[in-house]
Amino acid sequence: MPATQTKKSLHKRHDDLAQANKQLEVLSGGIFADGELPTFAKKIKETNQFPLRPKKLEILQINVGYMCNQVCEHCHVDAGPDRKEIMTWETMEQCLEVIKNTGAHTLDLTGGAPEMNPNFRRFVEEASKAGIKDFIVRSNLTIIRANKKYYDLPEFFKKHNVHVVSSMPHWTRGKTDKQRGEGVFDKSIKALQELNAVGYGMPDSDLRLDLVYNPNGAYLPSDQAGMEKDFKKALMEDFGIQFHNLFAITNLPIARFLDYLIASENYEDYMYQLVEAYNPAAVANVMCTNTISISWDGWLYDCDFNQMLDLKVNSKVKHISEYNEDVLNDRNIIISQHCYGCTAGAGSSCQGTVA
Amino acid sequence: MANNNYYDPADLRKFGKITEWSEELGTKFFDYYGKVFEEGALTAREKALIALAVAHTEQCPYCIDAYTKDTLQRGVTKEQMMEAIHVGAAIKSGATLVHGTMMMNKVNKLEM
Repeated sequence: MPATQTKKSLHKRHDDLAQANKQLEVLSGGIFADGELPTFAKKIKETNQFPLRPKKLEILQINVGYMCNQVCEHCHVDAGPDRKEIMTWETMEQCLEVIKNTGAHTLDLTGGAPEMNPNFRRFVEEASKAGIKDFIVRSNLTIIRANKKYYDLPEFFKKHNVHVVSSMPHWTRGKTDKQRGEGVFDKSIKALQELNAVGYGMPDSDLRLDLVYNPNGAYLPSDQAGMEKDFKKALMEDFGIQFHNLFAITNLPIARFLDYLIASENYEDYMYQLVEAYNPAAVANVMCTNTISISWDGWLYDCDFNQMLDLKVNSKVKHISEYNEDVLNDRNIIISQHCYGCTAGAGSSCQGTVA
Repeated sequence: MANNNYYDPADLRKFGKITEWSEELGTKFFDYYGKVFEEGALTAREKALIALAVAHTEQCPYCIDAYTKDTLQRGVTKEQMMEAIHVGAAIKSGATLVHGTMMMNKVNKLEM
């Protein structure tokens, strides 16, 4: 039986770390409590970047639910087939109202596997009418091959000019399956070939296909451009696959990745790596400065990570039902030690490096 | 001393502190070190692999720790890492065996 079907989320296991406050305790305790490492707030104060404030809103990121067909080891969402948090059509309608009036140029749908939301297609159809410049769906690829009802997703994405951003941890089967579950590599390759077949990822195509790389353990990503070259060469030579860009994303010490760091006794070393790689230039462009994250139940957050830590925006406006962009943009961004993950080295965001 | 071991993984984090007891030399060393590993005629990844091989021939635990992580970060595969170590091992054993010619010369000179 594939590993993806035997694993359970932290929530399902009733693990302590399924609770946001327990994760925040870890992130504020130990080496940060005794001053061995500076807190993120202290660090950004050194360069007068505290409090962190939003710039112009560019990206609306909507998490349509935590259900997923995979149970990846590093998942910061703690997503999986056993998660039942799914955005309702009522909340989607509230999101559509916001999408029609937003100043943001990018709409970014994420999950879980967003395609598993029963109203996903209806939502995409409606949202694509709003004229947003860049409409991203974060697809885990295997969903396209998971069930017959998803086989036509490449055509569906094409019809609505969706920008597909997909996780692909490595160009080798071993590394990919270890992180994402047995059989994931082969299914992902097949899905990429099907996306290519309808025009996604081809050099001159407007149908954007980007891949996301994140390290397969307790180390940081480096050299996004070099990794992109390697991915392109290997995927082309081995499978004839093409794609546009590779985003190298740092694993943040949250949820299942935090659980892994602690269980493998890598937590302290990893936090040291993040703090040592701190880059003040990346702070100016971290994604929380240009993004609003919306959860399946309509709450508003500075980013998807703060969503998972249940750190709602520090604003009078906290829910999609009372959405007001001007009020929201006048807020201080909530930070903790996980934020070091976005400011290490060349920085990290859902759009790759930032510095 | 915090413990009774000669080597402590946590000491690797303190490497930068050698500058505290000899600032000028320490700073010069780290400037040089940083410069060496910059992208040049060799890529940063090629340099990291060389460093990994040398770390093993030098049998320096700190260097092995650091350059295993560094090469992983640069997307180097396990197979590539092991091949690099074999290069180091081949040179080490070759260096031993090539001295065999000295022994042979000496034997030939001493024996009638």
